[in-house]
Amino acid sequence: MFNNITSKIAKATSVAAVATLALTGCGSSTSADGDTIRIGIKYDQPGLGYQDGRDYTGFDTDVARYVANELGYDEDHIEWVESPSANRENMLKNGQVDMIFATYSISESRLKTVDFAGPYFTAGQDLLVQKDNTDITGPDTLDGKNLCSVTGSTSAKKVQDKYASSVQLVQQNSYSDCVVALNAGMVDAVTTDDIILAGLASTKANKGELKVVGNTFTEERYGVGLPKGTDKCEAINKAINKMVETGAWEEALTKNVGESGFKYNRELNPPKLDSACATAPAK
Amino acid sequence: MSFSEQLSTLFAKYNVIDAFWTNVQLTFWAAIGAFVLGSILALMRISPVPSLRAAGTAYVHLVRNTPLTILMTLAILGVWTQFQLSLSSNFETNFFLYAIIVLAIYHAAFVCEAIRSGVNTVPTGQAEAARAIGLGFMPTARYVIFPQALRGSITPLGNTLIALAKNTTVATVASVAEASGMMKSMIEFNSDLVFMIFFVFAMGFVVIVVPIGLLTTWASRKLAVKR
Repeated sequence: MFNNITSKIAKATSVAAVATLALTGCGSSTSADGDTIRIGIKYDQPGLGYQDGRDYTGFDTDVARYVANELGYDEDHIEWVESPSANRENMLKNGQVDMIFATYSISESRLKTVDFAGPYFTAGQDLLVQKDNTDITGPDTLDGKNLCSVTGSTSAKKVQDKYASSVQLVQQNSYSDCVVALNAGMVDAVTTDDIILAGLASTKANKGELKVVGNTFTEERYGVGLPKGTDKCEAINKAINKMVETGAWEEALTKNVGESGFKYNRELNPPKLDSACATAPAK
Repeated sequence: MSFSEQLSTLFAKYNVIDAFWTNVQLTFWAAIGAFVLGSILALMRISPVPSLRAAGTAYVHLVRNTPLTILMTLAILGVWTQFQLSLSSNFETNFFLYAIIVLAIYHAAFVCEAIRSGVNTVPTGQAEAARAIGLGFMPTARYVIFPQALRGSITPLGNTLIALAKNTTVATVASVAEASGMMKSMIEFNSDLVFMIFFVFAMGFVVIVVPIGLLTTWASRKLAVKR
């Protein structure tokens, strides 16, 4: 009963969304007939998924381009769609996107509604501080300091619960707002996945001002979000493996987040994938 | 998962009651602030001094036409971050106070207009009679106009209070851990329960807002000035 209602609501929302798209003439809508592939990315994460005028830049978009290319879609046949964190599962479920590359961590609760190929990168929670800061070396050095993260993420809470009970937390709307507070000296550190922090530190405005501490304390495996029951995992994993072997993967990382001096975790990266879809992380 | 299983999963993992309690506290303190400031503004707008009237009008038009989210962002990113003005060394208290102040400033404009609409329900003869017996502006306002005006403006004041209760969700922009922020993390980490999450939060606000509506309707009937 309840499921029936939810699926109806889901249908109604997707119809409404499609209608809006049609009305505004958004996108070069060749619909879902296989001619184009619709890829969900972040639009607001510099270094990962970022809308820069009419271009889309970042590591996520570069991996997406490579994978799409291997699947037979060239740049002209990719339709980029913004997929904010909270909407990702629904966009896949309703068929608004074909796959998602948006710092999308593979987790048990998400695996209930979507499938993942990959992971194409293993990130970990880390800290971003001002360049000349030396007293913050990891989460346990944060006692009495001020820490910023984004509303709706649990990363800052995790630091408070596990590592530094007297840390003060600020939640902002976006990581760029956190960086503003960091630059002004009102917070001492910003926390989220290392690669996201590296992306922020690599932007023109922040280059040379900030650094990633480089002491990760969680493991976040970024997967390619796919609708439940997909048959594309094998092809996508093959494409990611090829990207790593040809060196394009490393090149994309250096290009997008290298400016910050960021070193990714070499024990967990680069990925080496088999043909199966990703499973839940070990507890 | 059944309805009750979904519900208990959410309540076990998140402190929903605490989050809503924050909204209730924000509503309470901001309502007091908005009422005081709004009454002063209403006084200014009906006063015989042209500059006070102009200042009151300017405030109402400026604040009422600025989105609340922008005011909140301005307070945090502008005043707190750039001018480095901390209201308390404890972050939680600091942001809570910021949120209350911004909510009060914003809703004062609406309270002012609600009271002014109440003033319009008081016949001109009342003010003329007060002046005839020798009362100045302040005594007239205090003893004759306001007691009647407030009783006439309970319904629009109640509407403002309801709007305020729901607008407390914007405090999430000011880093206050309230219901809408919690909803965001619920959707992010329990996306399989998304409809239950919406249901919980819709019901939460119904529980907060419906009593306000019932109370003000009852009070407006009970206290109406019979003319």
